Amino acid sequence: MDLNTIWFLLVGVLIAGYAILDGFDLGTGVLHLFTRDERERRVMMNAIGPVWDGNEVWLLTGGGALFAAFPPVYASVFSGFYLAFMLLLVALIFRAVSFEFRSKVDAPGWRRRWDVAFGVGSAVPALLYGVAVGNVLRGLEMDASGVTTTLPGLLNPFALLIGVLGLAMFVLHGASYLALKTEGALQERMRRSASAAWVVFIALYAVSTAASYAVAPYLFEHWLANPLTWVFFALLLASRIAGPWALRAERFGRAFIASAAATLSIIALAAEGLYPRLVPSRPDLANSLTIYNASSTPRTLTTMLVIALIGMPLVILYTVLIYRAFRGKTVITSESY
Amino acid sequence: MDVVLLSRIQFALTIGFHFLFPPLTIGLAWLLVVIEWRGWKRDDPTWVRMGRFFSKLLALTFAVGVATGIVMEFQFGTNWAVYSKFVGDIFGAPLAAEGVLAFFLESGFLGLYLFGRGRVSKGAHWFSILMVAIGSTISAFWILVANSWQQTPAGFVVENGRAELTSFSAAVFNPSTLPRFFHTVDAALIAGAFLVAGVAAWLLRKNREDELARAALKLAIIFGLVASLTELFPFGHIHARQVAHTQPEKFAAIEGLYTSQSAAPMVLFAYPVTPPPELKAKVEIRGVLSWMAFGDINAPIRGITDFPPENRPPLWLTFVSFHNMVVLGLYFIAVTAFGAWRIRRGRLWESRRYLTLLIVSIPLPLAACQLGWMAAEVGRQPWIVYGLLRTSDAVSKVVPAGDVLFSLLLFGLLYLLLGVLYVYLLVREIRHGPPAPAPAPASA
Repeated sequence: MDLNTIWFLLVGVLIAGYAILDGFDLGTGVLHLFTRDERERRVMMNAIGPVWDGNEVWLLTGGGALFAAFPPVYASVFSGFYLAFMLLLVALIFRAVSFEFRSKVDAPGWRRRWDVAFGVGSAVPALLYGVAVGNVLRGLEMDASGVTTTLPGLLNPFALLIGVLGLAMFVLHGASYLALKTEGALQERMRRSASAAWVVFIALYAVSTAASYAVAPYLFEHWLANPLTWVFFALLLASRIAGPWALRAERFGRAFIASAAATLSIIALAAEGLYPRLVPSRPDLANSLTIYNASSTPRTLTTMLVIALIGMPLVILYTVLIYRAFRGKTVITSESY
Repeated sequence: MDVVLLSRIQFALTIGFHFLFPPLTIGLAWLLVVIEWRGWKRDDPTWVRMGRFFSKLLALTFAVGVATGIVMEFQFGTNWAVYSKFVGDIFGAPLAAEGVLAFFLESGFLGLYLFGRGRVSKGAHWFSILMVAIGSTISAFWILVANSWQQTPAGFVVENGRAELTSFSAAVFNPSTLPRFFHTVDAALIAGAFLVAGVAAWLLRKNREDELARAALKLAIIFGLVASLTELFPFGHIHARQVAHTQPEKFAAIEGLYTSQSAAPMVLFAYPVTPPPELKAKVEIRGVLSWMAFGDINAPIRGITDFPPENRPPLWLTFVSFHNMVVLGLYFIAVTAFGAWRIRRGRLWESRRYLTLLIVSIPLPLAACQLGWMAAEVGRQPWIVYGLLRTSDAVSKVVPAGDVLFSLLLFGLLYLLLGVLYVYLLVREIRHGPPAPAPAPASA
């Protein structure tokens, strides 16, 4: 396996890691928007309170890794999606500060406003990430100076479909997480939301796959021949069965693992189709940015690999330990948000 | 307005606002390492309550720091795509390393520190604030590696239309990395010290929490004195020497040396005007600059007129920001030295005027940080990578000026709101004061 492929995988791992971790934070935020009871909203926020910041780091590290390994991709995609990116950043800023700001003033108007900031600050990224992925999969108009698709062009039906798919995925994952971390009526509602989300998510995934075939057939070039496709498809199918079953059986740990596995599967399947391209170009695929024509030098890729091989296992280790310290149901204390 | 100017203003605004928070985070985190250690090892409720109090200020500061930091990770790509493609092989790696080695550490363990009291052992809880302090310091290291490479690039060759890495260690430990790392982190310690000192002084003025506030004030003054002294010598001095040796245009601009000369003077006060470059109302000491920069009173130093005009940085801003930063640095030494002298006399908290001075001095280290960075970054112009790529050639070509104007105004308004809210909430937390002592156990 060459260095460029290794880095394709590592960036993919960072993206999948982000979706699995901050994914349930975003999903919680969306669900929070539709929760009426103030106490329930507080519990939901505190369910992710100690871990959301570490989760969001996967996005920053993913961005940094993309910059380090595939600078032209980082530059083209981020400048090409400029206004959408700015909107994403503003949403993430509001979400980040809403945790700290919300409980600081004991006035209902204040709390409600920061609840909305938290909810919208979660929903907008949850939608936009899928829109961005959809656009990348569909292909972007590019010339020598970069990506030339404008904002209206980025909001095409296919990208919006993937956006909604992503939103459904995050809501499913968030509800599964909350079913694990809460009790009583709230837990019951989350259980039912997760069950409903499974249906919507899988239906949207089926439609999205069909739409991808119509819009970007090159994604399927090696798909069926690749054994990994069948592995992840099987994983997706298994989680589709295991997830709703686990929710019914109230085995919420397993339900959460199922939604995480589903998240991983659809990202892996998309990545497979994309490989070895990173940013397909339209209408002429020949101008695509690939892991070979848009990468850093072997020296840089190797150096970064060493840093990653030292750093990431440490990250996994202490992240697991920190999550373990917060295992169990969410409890509101004097230190809570 | 052109896209280069707008992008530069936006970068300056976003990084300037962001950099109000990491210095406080780093400084406060290290102080909390000491505070929480005492609370744990001495089993002293005063220190534990002090820790809980200041951890709330840390939490608020960290949140705004993270929020405004996300923007920075992506702004190289959004607004400086040409730059990103040119330097990505070298510049991207420290940013990724910052994520892997620092961000995960500080953000992960902050959650444990803020919410884990009682859930984990006291030793593990103290360990978590140590990891926050170390993580934020490692973060400073890697981002300074990246910025220092822009100032004094090394370990690369230009090939295939881009800068390509030839030696990672040469690129990481380029001539300016270490001087700037120590100088910047020490500045953060000063910022943290003055925040704690000012807050403690405020509590004392209100005759609240005397025991806790006195202990905090004493710690902050000693901490602040050591940090302020070392910030000048050796760190400030070493950094200035590095600029003199490796960035002569910047050195000439910040020091106001306009004509090349031996026995170059150190300018204590002046008002720069152009054209032609000239200092009005000058107060200077001959020979001191040559001596400090090169160890020889008669050493020749190149003046700004020795460089072609298109390679000179803006003179007024660099001179004024640098000199005011130094003035503030001297002020910090004076204020903390006075406090330390008072501690020796056992009369630290008796002067209400001194306490008031400490309160109003809280934001001054942050002002010094902003001024220092202005000197550093404006002093590097017109280069985005010194000697290699000009700032005006580095912006994203596909982003129209109108889009940048929009995002600039958006961030401007958003950061104004965040700034006001941050100060408002910080003051509220301070007014609320430390948490009440735990009730004494009922007698049997």
